[in-house]
This record gives sequence, C-alpha cells and structure tokens, in this order.
Amino acid sequence: MASVSSIASRRGDRLLLTPGRSSRLPDQVLRIGLTVLAGTILVLIGFFFVRLYLEAHPAFSRFGVVGFTFDNNWDVSRSIYGALPLVVGTLITAGVALLIGVPVAIAAALFVTELCPRRARGLLTVMIDLLAAVPSVVYGLWGVFVLIPKLRPAEQFVTDKLHFIPFIGGASVAGPNYFIGGLILAIMIVPIVSAITREVMATVPADHKEAALALGATRWEMIRTAILPYSRAGITGAAMLGLGRAIGETIAVTLVVGNAPVIGRHLFDQGYTLAAVIANEFGEAANNPLHRAALIAAGLVLFVLTLLVNAAARAFVARGQHGNRAAAEPAAAGAAA
Amino acid sequence: MSAVAGRAVLPPVSRGRRRRDLVMRVLLGLGTALALVPLVLVLWYVAKRGLGAWSAHFFTSDPTGNFLGDPGGVKSAIVGTVEIVALATVMAVPLGIGVALYLTEYGRDSRFAKLVRYFVDVMTGVPSIVFGLFVYIVLILSSVGGGYAGWKGSVALALLMLPIVVRSAEVVLLLVPGSLREAALALGAPRWRVVLRVVLPTALPGLVTGTLLAIARAAGETAPLLFTAAIVNGTSFDLGQRMNSLPVQIFNDIGQAQDRLVARAWGAALALVLLVLILTLSARLISRRSRVA
Repeated sequence: MASVSSIASRRGDRLLLTPGRSSRLPDQVLRIGLTVLAGTILVLIGFFFVRLYLEAHPAFSRFGVVGFTFDNNWDVSRSIYGALPLVVGTLITAGVALLIGVPVAIAAALFVTELCPRRARGLLTVMIDLLAAVPSVVYGLWGVFVLIPKLRPAEQFVTDKLHFIPFIGGASVAGPNYFIGGLILAIMIVPIVSAITREVMATVPADHKEAALALGATRWEMIRTAILPYSRAGITGAAMLGLGRAIGETIAVTLVVGNAPVIGRHLFDQGYTLAAVIANEFGEAANNPLHRAALIAAGLVLFVLTLLVNAAARAFVARGQHGNRAAAEPAAAGAAA
Repeated sequence: MSAVAGRAVLPPVSRGRRRRDLVMRVLLGLGTALALVPLVLVLWYVAKRGLGAWSAHFFTSDPTGNFLGDPGGVKSAIVGTVEIVALATVMAVPLGIGVALYLTEYGRDSRFAKLVRYFVDVMTGVPSIVFGLFVYIVLILSSVGGGYAGWKGSVALALLMLPIVVRSAEVVLLLVPGSLREAALALGAPRWRVVLRVVLPTALPGLVTGTLLAIARAAGETAPLLFTAAIVNGTSFDLGQRMNSLPVQIFNDIGQAQDRLVARAWGAALALVLLVLILTLSARLISRRSRVA
C-alpha cells in the first residue's frame, strides 16, 4: 500500500498527471499539520511529568523521595507526610480487586466466547461492557448506602469463622474498609480485563481448538489444553491493565475505603489510598503549600506506579499478540496461495 | 473394519472427564452470572431510589445550599455537565482524529508514529485524578484567567478523552480499504483530498461511535473536575466561572450525609446513568449499523 501510493504521487508527476505546485501546497500543510498534532502528545506528556515533579518538589526535598514514599506517617496537623499508609492501602485494595475480579473476568470471557449459545453472545458482551459505563461516583454511592450496610454481617461472619488466619480473621469489621474498596474495584475492572481476554482468546487459531476436539477432548479439556496456554501472556497483560485501572481509580474508593491515614490492622479495617487522599484533602490543602506539594507528590507516585504497571501490561499483551501473529501469518499465506 | 471405525473411532469419554467438564462449564457460567450481578443491582437501586427523588422541581431548580429545608434540584449540575463535556468534546475530538489520521495516513510504522502510539497508550493509563492535578497546576496555580472555571474542567476532561478518541479513530481508519485510497490517488486526487473526501467520510460512523464512547466516559468522571471546575450552586452559562456538574454534585451530596441530600444524590445518579447509558448504547447501535468494508 505504501509503495503504491508513493508511486502514484511521485512518479505520477512525470507521467500524465501533473499537479501544479499550488495543488501540492495543501498536501504539505496537512502532512506537517498532522505531524505537529501528533508531536503535541509527546510534548504534553513530557510537560505533564516535569510540572508534576516541580510542584511536588517541596515535599520531596523536605522528606526525600524514599522518605516520602515509604515513611509510615501521614499527619496533616503536624505537617509530616510519609505516604506508606497510602501506598499500602492502594496495593491492598488493588490486590483484593485482582483476586476477585480476574477469575470472574476470565470465566466471563471463556463463557461468552466458547460456551454460551451464539444468540446470547452479543447480549452478554454488551452487558459486561456496560459495567464499564456506570460512572465511578455511582458505584461509590451504591457502595456507601447499599453494599457497606448489607455486607457488614457477612464480613463479620467470615472474619469470626476464619479467626485463625492473620490479617483476615478475628477482626471487628469497620463500615468502610479495604475489602469493600477492593470489591468495588473488582466490579470496575471486570469489563476491561474481560474485554482484553476475549480479544486475546479470539486470536487462538481455530486449528488448535479443532485439533483438541478432534482428539476427543471435552470442551473444558479443549479450553485447558488449547486456549489457556496459547493466551496466557495476553491474559496476564489483561490482568495487569486491570491492576493499573484499580490503582488509579479514585472516587468510588474514596467513598468506601474509610479514609484513615494509617495502615489498617486487617482486611476489614479502614484505610486510605493514594488517589483517595488527593481527592479528599486537596480542597483544604490549596492554601498550604507543603500539604499541596505532598498531595501532588502522591499524585506523582501514583502516576509512576500506573506507568510501570501499564508498561509491563502492554509488553505482555504485545507478546501474546506477536506470538499469535507469527503463528497466524503462515496460515494466511497458505490460504492466499 | 470400516464399519467398526464408523461407529466408534474414539474411546468413549469416561464418566470422570464428563463430570469434570460439566463442573467447569457450570463454574464458568456462574462466574459470568457473578460478573453481571453488580450491574443489575446497581441499576436496580439507582432506578428505585432515583425515581423517588425525581420531580419537576428536581429538574428546574438549583441547589439552594440551605442547611435545612428544601435542598433544591440539579438544574445547574445538568447544565454544567452538558457545557463542560461539550467544550471538552470540541477540544478533544478534532485533535484526536487528527492524530489518528497522522498515524494511519502518514506515520504508519515509522519510529515517530510508534512513539506517538506508545505515548497515547501511556495517556490511556494515567489516572483521571492526575489529569485533574495537572490542570490545577498549569491553569489554576498559575492563575491563568482566574481561579476555578468550567473551561478548565473541560481541559481536564479533554485530556482524558484524547487517547480514547485517538485509539478508536485509528482502528476505524485502518478499516478503510486501501483500494479506496489507491483508486482515488490513481484518479489523480492529491493526498489531502483523498484524506478529506474519501478516508474520513468512509470512516465517519466509526468515528462517531468512538466519539460517543469518549463523551460517555468523560460525562461520568468526577475526579478531574473536583479542583478544576469545582462546585457552585447556581446555574451558569459562563465557562469562565466555577461550574457545577452532576458527578461532583453527587460526590458532594454523599459527603454531607443528610437524608435529603442523599436522596438528591440518588436522583442525580439516575440522571447521570441514563445519560451515559444512552450515549453508550447509541454508540453501539451506530457501530453495528455500519461496518466499514
């Protein structure tokens, strides 16, 4: 395609079609204009990072980058900002979200692509995708006034029964807590993890599946031997994209995690996350430069964390797709021949 | 020999394997059902409690801000959301489609195009509250045109929408058949005319779909607006002033923890969910109607 068009536009001059200089001008303008537009994205992200860093600098120079990130002391009244409780809270809620959300998302993807009747497929896909359309603040509202009160007895029951397990058992359940935060996040990451898993599974060559079935495998054995090994890298990538989402999600978590700036003693204790602290404290911090810098620094830590997770996720997804493309290409070439 | 083969080539599936297959099928089905339970529950509660709060007064009055008595409605929030999101769309969509055009028509697999693609992916992963922080730093801390303002909220939302628009537009533009471009070029059309007259119109329905999805996403976002457009009671048509919006209004009402305000939050949530669902579903309908190629 590229070579054809360049022949048409470059060699064309010499042959019959001889566009004048004036008609080539808009071409140049469009080309350069669009390139500049694309370049602004790079500039934007660079600018973004630099400005965040500069504004966060007072907090970093006061407490040190490591001290800020890993000190377990977030005390606004004494102007001490160590973000460890927030980092830990972010990781716990995101971890809970992955533990609950990823298996459900994979199950949904498998069911939709392999098991359910063809007619139900479209409807189920739309419904799972709709989970992503519900605004975060609405999940928060539902979490605060429905999920927290209704789930509290069940949580208490579980923690009483499992009293021998550290961190989970023997707790007195706080209304808003890590677990509820993680559960809400799980609901929110299911659609994205499921959608990407579906995409990855769609690239499993039909040959592999048919071969498994032809050898006498049951549906589940086909899934286990043909689909899952083939799409493992892609599913890992999907889970990590979900993790990135869970880490950055703000409003729903702010409403249900309790917003206590300490490391909770157990899963059903109140906590805080990086994103929640920004949403919650920024209003009062606007006139306190150090507090503001600390919150922007928290934003920067959050930014870097999601950046790392997403980069890893992209690498996994790309690896999954590369392998598939390499495997699919000879087949396509064979079909063309 | 052939008769035997015709009856049973494969050994029969043992009972253990069959049972395991059944168990796994049921588990996968249950997993899917589990994924949909929250959707049904959320929609059910929002519809039930939201409808209870709806009235003509609810849609035609602004929040009063009174500590007791009539809390007022959500008029300013609805108007504000529409204004802020409209401005964000005007900013993000042309820019996003332009970048996508660069990627498909000019950049393709060049190193620069790959870099741009990577950064667009990076932007997709940036938490929405970080966009809010960024706009706060760049536009409010340095007090460009005053303090909190509706248009600054639009900028934050536009940043959020941009990668969504670029990615969806790129996918659609790639679906435009190369033969169409080649045919136009062979007829002597210059590149820019091919782009504007052939590629864009062919991809239009898909571009609309992507745009609608981006709008739906932006309309529901709270975090980027919290400290950019902030919150205010009265209806405003001046994007240079503080501006109310549905998500921020809901967030604020939940925080007040008063029954009458919580009731308003449910009503506003129903309005917001309906808005977003309508946008999402119409996007799906448009994309189903028109398959490029």
